[in-house]
Amino acid sequence: MTTALDRRRSPLAVVSDRLAATGSADTVTFAERPFRVQLEVRAGAMLRPGVLDDALGLHPPAEVGTVARRRERHVLCLAPSWWLVTDEPEREPRLECALAELVRTAGGIDVSAVDVSAQRTTIDVAGPSARDVLAHGCSLDLHPSAFTVDSCAQTTLAKAQVVLQQLDDAPTYRVHVRASFADYLAHWLLDAATEYVH
Amino acid sequence: MLSIPCPWCGDRDETEFRYGGEAEVAYPADPDAVDDPAWREYLFVRANPKGWFKERWVHTAGCRQWFTVHRHTVTYEIRDPQPIGEGAR
Ligand SMILES: [Zn+2]
Repeated sequence: MTTALDRRRSPLAVVSDRLAATGSADTVTFAERPFRVQLEVRAGAMLRPGVLDDALGLHPPAEVGTVARRRERHVLCLAPSWWLVTDEPEREPRLECALAELVRTAGGIDVSAVDVSAQRTTIDVAGPSARDVLAHGCSLDLHPSAFTVDSCAQTTLAKAQVVLQQLDDAPTYRVHVRASFADYLAHWLLDAATEYVH
Repeated sequence: MLSIPCPWCGDRDETEFRYGGEAEVAYPADPDAVDDPAWREYLFVRANPKGWFKERWVHTAGCRQWFTVHRHTVTYEIRDPQPIGEGAR
């Protein structure tokens, strides 16, 4: 049976082939990771410690700009008491249900969990030139001494608001971008990569 | 361009922030008792020092938290970033 899930199109569907065909492992590669689950969780001091850990299956990092990971589940600390939780695409809203249950048990006090999966899409930028490509439009210091594996930041890339995350030492950067800016940013990335891939 | 130290994110470009004016301008304790000249004073009149000035900024493109800094209006030196508001923990 064809469901609504099968019919959905990512904001980068029209440019995903070009992204995939650009670059190589020894320069830079792009890959869209569409339809990842994304939830924004906010919880304050009144919430009993450990409750979030149980719902998420891992301990949310307290330090702004850091990431905790377990397999495909990533918990990014965006600000004090504010996390972006991402995971692989799922056909049933399991994570959302777990967090909704948490909010219910907490009586809704000092905690919220909102499904924002459709708000952003995800582009992985990887390879030896990835840092240089991003640096064309990002004022963050991405040198390993300042930004490293499991660092994250909300910032601007080519004037688009993004959440940037480093996944590994390749280096692979994950760019979470608003759906309405995704097409613009993808084209900007392709343009910024030109000098590295030809 | 200014480099502004966010208490949570560290040094970021000025373009990631919005300016929030002078810090610690207290809202009138009893608004109903305030007459027009006092409202004008509260709403529009601000210190305009040549030198150190305590002001509010919000990190709109980053963690979206409000904070205060001391900024020198001549040298643009910025120091002592401090969290304010509910998000401050
Ligand atoms: Zn910040």
